[in-house]
This record gives sequence, structure tokens and C-alpha cells, in this order.
Amino acid sequence: MMQRFIGFVRKEFSHIVRDRRTAAILFGMPVLQLLLFGFAIKNEISEIRVGILDHSHDLVTQELTDKLLSSGTFVATATLSNEREAGEAFASGRVNEVVVFEPAFGDRLLRDGHAGLQLLTDGSDPNVSRIVAGYTTSVVREYLREKGLAASGIEAVPLMMFNPGLKSVYLFVPGLMAMILMLVSALMTSISITREKESGTMELLLVSSLRPVQIIIGKVVPYLVLAFVNVITVVALAFFVFGVPCRGSILLLFLESLLFILTALSLGLLISTITSSQQVAMMISLAGLLLPTVLLSGFIFPIASMPWPLQAISNLIPARWYLVIVRGVMLKGAGIAVLWKETLILVVMTALYLTFSVRKFSERLQ
Amino acid sequence: MAGLRVVGHLLQKEFLQIFRNRGMLPIIFIMPFIQLAILSNAATFDVSRVPFHLQDFDRSSLSHRLVESFSSSGYFRMTGHSFARKTALDVLLSRDADMVLVIPEAFEKDLATTGHTRIQFMINAEDGFTAGVIRGYADEIVSTFNRDLPSLMPQSDRLVKPVFDIDIRQSGWYNPELLYTYYMVPGIIVILVTMIGLFLSGMNVVREKEIGTIDQINVTPIRRWQFITGKLLPFWIIGIGEFTAGIVIARVLFHVPMIGSYALIYAAAGIYLLVVLGMGLLISTMTETQQQAMFIAWFFSVIFILLSGLFTPTESMPGWAQYLTQLNPIRHFVDIMRRVMLKGAGVELIMQPLSILGAQAILMLALAVNRYRKSSR
Amino acid sequence: MPEQVIHTDKLTKRFGTFTAVDGISFSVRPGEIFGFLGANGAGKTTAMKMLTGLLIPSGGLATVAGFDVYREPESIKRSIGYMSQRFSLYDDLTPRENIRFFGGIYGLASKELREKCDRMLERLDLKGVADTRLAALPLGWKQKLAFSVALLHEPKLVFLDEPTGGVDPVTRRRFWDLIYQAASGGVTVFVTTHYMDEAEYCDRVSIMVDGRIAALDSPEELKRRYDAETMNDVFISLARPARRSE
Repeated sequence: MMQRFIGFVRKEFSHIVRDRRTAAILFGMPVLQLLLFGFAIKNEISEIRVGILDHSHDLVTQELTDKLLSSGTFVATATLSNEREAGEAFASGRVNEVVVFEPAFGDRLLRDGHAGLQLLTDGSDPNVSRIVAGYTTSVVREYLREKGLAASGIEAVPLMMFNPGLKSVYLFVPGLMAMILMLVSALMTSISITREKESGTMELLLVSSLRPVQIIIGKVVPYLVLAFVNVITVVALAFFVFGVPCRGSILLLFLESLLFILTALSLGLLISTITSSQQVAMMISLAGLLLPTVLLSGFIFPIASMPWPLQAISNLIPARWYLVIVRGVMLKGAGIAVLWKETLILVVMTALYLTFSVRKFSERLQ
Repeated sequence: MAGLRVVGHLLQKEFLQIFRNRGMLPIIFIMPFIQLAILSNAATFDVSRVPFHLQDFDRSSLSHRLVESFSSSGYFRMTGHSFARKTALDVLLSRDADMVLVIPEAFEKDLATTGHTRIQFMINAEDGFTAGVIRGYADEIVSTFNRDLPSLMPQSDRLVKPVFDIDIRQSGWYNPELLYTYYMVPGIIVILVTMIGLFLSGMNVVREKEIGTIDQINVTPIRRWQFITGKLLPFWIIGIGEFTAGIVIARVLFHVPMIGSYALIYAAAGIYLLVVLGMGLLISTMTETQQQAMFIAWFFSVIFILLSGLFTPTESMPGWAQYLTQLNPIRHFVDIMRRVMLKGAGVELIMQPLSILGAQAILMLALAVNRYRKSSR
Repeated sequence: MPEQVIHTDKLTKRFGTFTAVDGISFSVRPGEIFGFLGANGAGKTTAMKMLTGLLIPSGGLATVAGFDVYREPESIKRSIGYMSQRFSLYDDLTPRENIRFFGGIYGLASKELREKCDRMLERLDLKGVADTRLAALPLGWKQKLAFSVALLHEPKLVFLDEPTGGVDPVTRRRFWDLIYQAASGGVTVFVTTHYMDEAEYCDRVSIMVDGRIAALDSPEELKRRYDAETMNDVFISLARPARRSE
């Protein structure tokens, strides 16, 4: 019996590996994606195109402008003489930001103690708007401090814990791991099972002496191994190429990843039991899972910022919990004592998916 | 024209098949819009009510005042307080708080005597971007507090020196309230239209290969352009339909402005869909199984989506990556959508991305027609 | 009309180092039912795909309906009908829709098509299920429909690739009635099969072994030559030395 089962697993393996193209994609894709995204996706902006609209033209505005442009981040792409030109500069995408000095800026600052500075940003991208305005504000503050003009009093010293360089890679590596594992596992299992259903070979398997549970396990095990290889590659790349540390136990990280792969595989299983055709299974696992996994997992957008109904929905996304775990272990060195809740949630999800699919599967048999 | 009649027959057949596939209908026609309506709200970096933990070693009336200004700002809420440095780390580790506010002993006394003192924010920076936002809020609160200090401590002569300040007011052109939905909704419409178009067209021809009907078509005298047109047009029509529904949702549900012209945006959508569908058909003609086709389609769509400037600004990418994104059709269409809808850009301002899309459409379709062989080797 | 509907000379197809069809030469005369026999993997389907313009040969010559397989595959396609081994109509369409679709692809005018469609459904006794999806019909019905669809544009030559796979002998016999009907109307039929009883129905048969034609003649002549009772015995004595059987 056991021997027959092992033979079945081996057959499933050779199916995957024999299809060279799919195998190449499965192993190569995560590597390529991680490299590409790791280097390309950042949230900090290296070059801000700024337009200066100076209604004052005095010593202070000149100094402030120089200070801004010498910081290295800002590049003056437009010198403007009125508000209308600012509009044109935005429309053509020439500037991200326009700095407007009010008339008699320097006089008012030195005589009255305050002057007005307006930052116009391209609000069609609120994200860039915010970053740009933040950078500009800090340059202005620094100017005041240097000149000895800043209000004295409390000085705030920020301490950025776990990621002092505020590197985006630290944020994206765990996110990419979650996304790749989720989609590869869910997609592959759901397709491989519905394909057997479509071509009628599932019937053949079912009349064989293998038990349904064995068939399911046999279908799932190869992908489990495959996804685990992906985990190892991604973690190694993250460490050696991007210098993302693993401060906690690497064993824990691998075990948790295994758990997450199981969750994703059982979700794929569930999808395959409720659908009848490859097309539907694929569309659900791809078009249905891609955006929620990217948007609701905390991969890019912080969950805490979402409106509460979305926060509630995000609890249903397995990737959300895995992300907390990966970041916890890798960046914060957290142990299971801290992460037991997230782990438990993944275990429960996996159990639920599996129970549902096995029940559905045996219903179909009767 | 007899040639076009053949296309018509193919069209009719594809539509029959699409609408007869009960399992697919909700996925094509309902799921995208649910995602649009729900997920557009997810994309925001506006952090509100950040949980913070307090370590107040001073316990003076002034330190209470400072804590009060944090709690009442709306940006922060206190989740606990303690006095051991170890505890501070623990709350950050377990995510009970994202920031620890540390006020040192002699906080009030130092201020009164020297006019200067320090406090510390320990911020959970695993998500560097959010950490930056949190820091910005905290800095803001402290600098407002500093401005009010002279009136809070009139007895301290160290604080009465004149205060100079530059009053910075930020406003967003096109989107004064900096609403994220204005920015996300057009982008998510693009993604949904892309996924549906790419996946459906990517699966289509390879499916006929798998079930064997492709041979039956290949022994007929059908022309290659007729075949590709017949395969492309149904999904083009569906794509335009989905696009329209997306625009309606954007306008009605999210009140996204539409400053530019509808004609322009539809022209761009029409060209963009040709790129996507051409790519799908190309994948479909080059693969042997639906599984392979879907993997390739997925691979490219993930890369295109994440490097489109939709979630993270293209401005922040290194130079080589920015050049690379010039090849990315999603990037250009997202760009066009935002420019036309939010900024009212006319045709001359979107000429560059539009002509890149046009060139890509021609290339993809030419490749698809070329790669589709009625006779194999 | 040329003397021979199909003519091949040393027609060869190689896939890498594997020679699927190894220099076959034969001719098919107008109006005959030509049986193309061979074990699984002998190269029948590959040969047929070359003749129908689906596959480009690696070497040798072939003309079909007077057209060259290299230079004029599209003209060949206009002159032939084809029904493939894997059932090849659309399962999710009805018989009527399938007929309309393939008729349309061959460029039949819509009025003509509608009349033809009704007549065909009547003749095949499929009127009652004209608007039922194919998926719900028995295999034998689908096969006769596929055959008629292959003849829709009135080709002079029709290729049938294992047209009766998977159905019972009675259904197969009925299918052959349809083939005879078509042949009596002047259509040349080129049919592959691995049912040896069907070989007896052909005017002439060729037997492929390992990519080559091992014998080609009328069934009677073959039986005499190999001193066999049935075509099955002929086939066994020819195919036994084959290297490539499954």
C-alpha cells in the first residue's frame, strides 16, 4: 500500500519536473521577482522635481532655495513667475512640487517672527505628495535651526527600532515571500486537481486502491516540497543579496513557512473541490487572490490605516498573519512566545480549509 | 465582405461559449467590481490612532501636558505605560504599540533652567514607510507644543526669546484633500481590466489546443488575421464593457473627478486592451497547456503591476528600473488614466505614453499573428 | 480532376532524431475508400497531418487534390474535409451552433447554411437534440455529426482519423453506412482505423509498420497474399516484427 502511494507521489513529481517550461517558471520566477522588486521597489524618493515660485526675492528666500537644492534630493526643473504657470508645470508632469514664498517673506520672518510658505504638491499622487512635503518641511526646519531661529524647548530624538535605515527591502521581502508562496501553492494545487477532473483521470485514480486522502496528499506533497525550495531560495537571496537579517531562529522561520505553505495548499484544494474546470480554478486563484493578497496583507499598505470593515476582512487573508510572523522572526528576532497567536490562526485556517475540502471531496464520491 | 463574415462567425461562437460557461460568468462580471469597490479603500498610508506606549520618568505636570497633547491629537492613542526599558522593547515586539514615548527624569526642571531638554520616540520601523509617517506626526505635535511653551511656563525666562517660525501650509493640486481613492481607483480599474483580459485571452487558444478543436479550425481555409481578430474582438468588447463599469463605479461610488475627455480615455483604453489581448494571445499560441499559459501570464502581470507606479511611485525607483518601466504597458495606461481623469490632460500631454502603447499594440498583434501557425513543423 | 487525389513520394517526417514517417509513397484514386492502418505509434496520424496541411513534412513530395503540401497548404484546406481522432467539435455548443460555426468558417452564405443545417439535422436524425449541448449527447451521435460537418462544404476528399474510436460495433456499422453514402456521392475517403473489421469495408488498405508502408492492396488481395482468414490475421503477421508498438 505504502509503496503504491510512494509510486504515485513520484509520478506526480515527474509530471511537474518533466514540463520544463513550468518547472523553469516555478523555480526561476520567485528569484527573478525578488531580485527585480528588491532593487526596484522603494518608497523613498531619490529625486524630487521642484518648481520655485518666489514672490519675495530676498536674502532669506534665496538662502532657503539654495538650502533646498543643495540637499541633493531636490532638482529645480522650473522657475515660475505666477500661479498659472504652476498649473501648467503640474499638468505637464514637469514638477512634483511647487514651493511658494509669500511677498516680503524674509522681512516678515525677521520682523514679525513668522512667514508663510506654501507647498503645492501634485495631489494626483497623494503618496508622493506626502513624502515630498515631509522632505521639504524637514529642510525648512533645519534651516531655522542652523540660523538659530528655531524655537528652543523640547528636542525629539527618534529611534528607529529593528530597521534603523528604514530600508524598503525589509518590508518587501516578507511581502514577496507571502505573495509568491500563496499564489504558487494555491494555483498549482487547484489546477492540478481540476485538470485531473476535466480529463477524467481523477475517476481512474479513485477506482484505484488508493484512498481519497492519499490521492489528495499525493497531489499536494510535490508542491509542498517545491514551495519549500522557493522559501529557502528567497531567504538566502534576501540575506546574501539584500542583507536582510534573520534575527530570530531560522528553524522557526522555516517551520512557519511550511505551515503557511500548507495553508495555501489547502486553500488551493478547497478551490479545486468547489470548481469543476481549470479555467474557473485558475481565475479564482489568480484574479481572485492576487489583489487581496497584495492589498489586504499589509504587504504595501499598513493594515492599521484601513477603514475598519477592511481591517476585519484582512483577518481572513492568510498572508496577513504570515507577514507578521516573517517580519517578527526576521527583523525583530521574535520567538514563538510572541507569535503564537498568528501561528494558531494559520493552523486553524488550514484545518478549516482541509476539513471543508475533504468533506466536499467525499460528498462528490457518493 | 466575406472575409469579415468569417470573423463574425468566430465572434458569435466565442460569445456563446463565454456566456454559457456558468462558472466563469461571476468571475468575469462580478468579482472585478467587488474588488474595485472594496480594495480601493485599502490603499492608504494615512496612519491614524497609532498605538503608543508611555514611559514617563518625570511625572510632572508639564510631562502630563505633553502626553495629553499626543492623546488628544487624534493621531495617537495610549495603550499602556511602564518604566522598564525591557518592557518598551517587548511592546514593540508584540506590536501592542508602534511607538514608545520616553520622557526623561528632570524633563520639566531642565526646560525651566536651561530652556532645552530631550525626549525619545522609539518607533517600530519594520515598515520603514509607516515609521516615517509616525515620526512626522510626532514631530508635528512636539513643535506645536514648543511654540506654546512660553505661555505654559511663564515663570521661565529662558523661554521668552522671540520665536521665529515659518508657517508651512501644504495643499495638493488636483486633489486638495489628498484622497487616496482618487489615486487608487483609476489604477485598480486598470489592473482588473488587465487581469481579466490577459487571463481570458491567454487561456483561450491554448484551451482549444488542449481539447483538440484547434486542429479542426486549422484544416479550414480560415486566414490567420481572421482567426486572431475573431479571438481578440470578444475580449476587447468585454474589456471595454468592464472598463465602462469601472469608470461608472469610480464616478458614482468614489466621486473621482473626470476633468479630461471621455473620448480620450476610451481611445487610450481601446489601444491598451489591444496590447493586453495581443499579449494574451501570444502567450496562448506559444504554450502547450493552460497551466503553462497561466503561469507566464501571472509572472508578467505581477511584474507589470508592482512596477507600474501604482502602489509605489516610479519616481522612487533607481534609474535603470525607471527605464525598464517604459516597457510596461500598465504603467503607461495608469499614467494616462490619472493624467486625464485627475488633471484633465489633453491629447498633446499624453502623446508620449499613448504612442508607446500604440507601438506595443502593433508589435504584440504582429507577433501573435506571426506566432499562430496553421501548419506546425 | 487529376488521376490521383493523393500522391506521395518518399514523404518523411522527423521529430529531432525520431523518424515518425519514413519515406512513404502511395496514391489514392478518386472515389475510393482508402484504409490507412497501423498499430499505435506507427505514424498514421503524423502522415495524415502532413496530408491535411497541419504539419510540414521534413522531406519527400506529396500532392493532395492536385495541390502541393509545401507550397499550397491553404488550397488543400479549401478542398478537403477533416475529422480528427480526438472528438473535435465544441462540447459547449449545440449541434446547430457547431454546424453554423464551421459552415461560416468555410464561407458558406447564411441562407444556404441555414437550409443545409436543417437538412443535415433531419438526415442524421438529430432534430430533437438540435439545441442540446453536445456534452450531453452520446459519443456515436457526436461522431456522425462531426463527419457531416467535415462534409459541409462539399469537399471532394475527406480525411477521417480513427472516426469510430470508443463506440460499440452496431454504432460503428451505422457510421460506415454514412461513409458509403458519401463515397457513392463521389467523395474520396481516406480513413485511419485500428479496427480490423473496418479494414474489410475499404476498397484498398495500406498497413503502416514503424513509419513505413508494409503492404498496400485490396483486402481480398492482402488476405490471399498472406494466406489469412481475416484482415486481423494479415495485420498481425505484418505488425509482429514492429519495434515501436506500445
